[in-house]
Amino acid sequence: MARGRRFVPGLQSILLLFVACLATFFCACDFGFHRGVRLTLEQPFPKKLSAWHLFAGSAKNGQLTPNTGVLPYDLNTPLFSDYADKYRFVWMPAGTSAEYREDATFEFPVGTILAKSFAFPLDDRTREQRLIETRLLVRTKSAWVPLPYMWNASQTESTLQMVPDPVHIHYTEADGRPHDFTYQIPNTNECHECHDNNKVLQPIGPKARNLNKDFLYQDGLANQLAHWVKVGYLRGAPKPGTAPQAAKWDRPESGSLSARALAYLDNNCAHCHQPGGTAGYTGVDLGLGHFDAAKFGVCKHPNSAGNMGDRRYDLVPGRPDDSILVYRLESIAPKVVMPQIGRDVAHTEGVALIREWVTSLQGSSCGSVGGR
Amino acid sequence: MPRNIDRTASLRFSRYRSQLAWFCSLSLAGVAGSCSHTPVDMQKHLQEQLITAKPGAIIEIPEGKFHFDRTLSLTVDKVTIRGKGMDKTVLSFAGQKEGAQGLLVKANDFTIEDVGIEDSAGDALTVQGGTNIIIRRVRAEWTRGANAGNGPYAIYPVECKNLLVEDSVARGAADAGIYVGQSENVVIRRNRSEYNVDGYEIENSENVDAYENVATHNTGGMGVFNLPNLPRQGGKHVRVFRNQIVDNNTANFAPVSLGPIHDLPTGTGIYVMAIKDVEVFGNKIQNNNTVNVFLIHYDTGVGDSLQETASSPITQQIFKPGDTHYYPFLQQVYVHDNDISGGGKSADSRIAVMKQMAEALGGSLPDILYDGRVDPAWAKKANSGQICLGNNGAASFLNFDAAGGMKHPVHDVKNYACTLPALPAVSIPSVAAEVSRTGSGDLAR
Repeated sequence: MARGRRFVPGLQSILLLFVACLATFFCACDFGFHRGVRLTLEQPFPKKLSAWHLFAGSAKNGQLTPNTGVLPYDLNTPLFSDYADKYRFVWMPAGTSAEYREDATFEFPVGTILAKSFAFPLDDRTREQRLIETRLLVRTKSAWVPLPYMWNASQTESTLQMVPDPVHIHYTEADGRPHDFTYQIPNTNECHECHDNNKVLQPIGPKARNLNKDFLYQDGLANQLAHWVKVGYLRGAPKPGTAPQAAKWDRPESGSLSARALAYLDNNCAHCHQPGGTAGYTGVDLGLGHFDAAKFGVCKHPNSAGNMGDRRYDLVPGRPDDSILVYRLESIAPKVVMPQIGRDVAHTEGVALIREWVTSLQGSSCGSVGGR
Repeated sequence: MPRNIDRTASLRFSRYRSQLAWFCSLSLAGVAGSCSHTPVDMQKHLQEQLITAKPGAIIEIPEGKFHFDRTLSLTVDKVTIRGKGMDKTVLSFAGQKEGAQGLLVKANDFTIEDVGIEDSAGDALTVQGGTNIIIRRVRAEWTRGANAGNGPYAIYPVECKNLLVEDSVARGAADAGIYVGQSENVVIRRNRSEYNVDGYEIENSENVDAYENVATHNTGGMGVFNLPNLPRQGGKHVRVFRNQIVDNNTANFAPVSLGPIHDLPTGTGIYVMAIKDVEVFGNKIQNNNTVNVFLIHYDTGVGDSLQETASSPITQQIFKPGDTHYYPFLQQVYVHDNDISGGGKSADSRIAVMKQMAEALGGSLPDILYDGRVDPAWAKKANSGQICLGNNGAASFLNFDAAGGMKHPVHDVKNYACTLPALPAVSIPSVAAEVSRTGSGDLAR
């Protein structure tokens, strides 16, 4: 009896140990890589960003510490956003993954969270960064939902605001270049302006061509597509070498002038200027990945634009100063500026690239008018 | 009170109204005149209302002039925005900092009524891609008057279906006061459009009735046409009747970027261009100094044959050989029983062809001017485009033979004395409901 009694607790210990091991094994999926993120898939969405548990603690120098499973990423050629530094993260529920698409945004599973934070220098002296906003796109059962969270001055919390207040940005770069402007933050309706295609909201950035690049993870440099596959966030992807890859707009070694300009137009214009996009009705499609005179607006009057600096045509090959495309990229006047939302200052370097590209284009000079 | 009123929304606004009254009284204490003070967060408040509105909501905006420095937008279906009158509830976008439009709507079953919208950076009211849209007693205006820097369109529904624009007022647009584009099933009635470049434009749209409107003091009164390079092509079936299109002689102030509209002759009454199945009847079309009625094809920039047109940089996007998406010729246009007089007395000298023609004709142009261009593929017979003109009183006429280098002009309108079957009235649910309520039968006839 005594021996038997001693034996029974031993068996219990082994059983307990076995259960514990099992738990550890499964928790490695549920609470290991994906530990801590708390998903809300319907109204009301959390008023505070911290409630999602995507990040640990406060923002320091513009940096957020992602929880396990919250994976940082970046893009070959991003959207220009007033020179903000942008930090992107993706998270998906345990056991789910995005389905690879060759040309379009990946098919993300319900529960996916995409987070993008916008930071500007806070102090000219220390170069310390301050987060202004973190935008979430959350894939609910029925749709992607945009949720803009605004950071407080002490960088301890970020609060959901459907109609965010504009923020005054004022700093000087190390080379003496001043920045002083009002940073307008899109409201949740305006999110749709850029993200909708045929009235369905879609993420714009996470496409194969944009993600197909190396990223410096904590455990070293790796191709993002390969890494997403490795951590179980992507299925159906080919080897990075055979997947499409956009040029980096500011890296001549990454592609020809044309390839870089087309990548820039793709990521700065084509979210609206494509069939089904907000500006689909204009007939201009800048997301083709190749140059097509008619679809890029060569010698085309902008049917519904207002005064465009006395220029006649969207694009005049060889003549950037006669091309409305360049005029609108250079302008910050409200009805002229392109994109219409999310740009409050001109992107000097981006405009220079597009100017160089327009200058290089051969073809019709659109009659004798030439635009002026 | 209709059952579908969102009481919460109304209540929220009434609470806000007391806040407004407080601001107004403050402002009135200091300055005589109407309240034009806007609480700092009116912009934010109204935008939040538009975002959080539930389908069925009626968002009421009180009397007063409210300032906004960025676009207001709505994406929720079945919402009504209602003011206290187009001159009493004024949304002013003077000094706008962000966004191209004043109010931007992308929603179905939308009604806006009794609101004034002023001085937006771009278009005053844009409704994009909506079904069952009512724009009623809306005033959209640039208060500084004609200026190339004004927004192109005052009232701008595009890609809509079942659209009613009525009893509204548009002034100062650098393109068109009231525009309807790439839309179908449209009624435009009892509006007033003045001091714009174009009073009304019906562009690339199908099944449109425009009646009992006034177009005056614009550069041109009304255009009915199809343009290339737009996703929706093949606009047709437009009736224009019982309108007053008079004294449209304001100097063209459209910027060059607006292309064809920049070249619209000052003093154009109604122009019909590159479209089929149009009936223009019972209108008063008078004293438009270049021409009262202008019937033309669209110049694609290269020539008249489809093959040539297909190679035009302007049309090649959607116009390929053998593809009839864009068709630059007029077909089956019936202009009859109009009161047309006093036009063409002083043609726009800026437009060379008009100037030369007027000089050749001894100083003035006829009331009805037709370019005579027909599809070269058509059989070589008289009036193959079926342009029919009749009972337009003493209106003078000229086919100036544009294709033939003006060598064979036709002056006698009897050459076009044919008739075409009357086009049926446009039926849209909002008008049909009104007809059944009033029992007044077909309002349009």
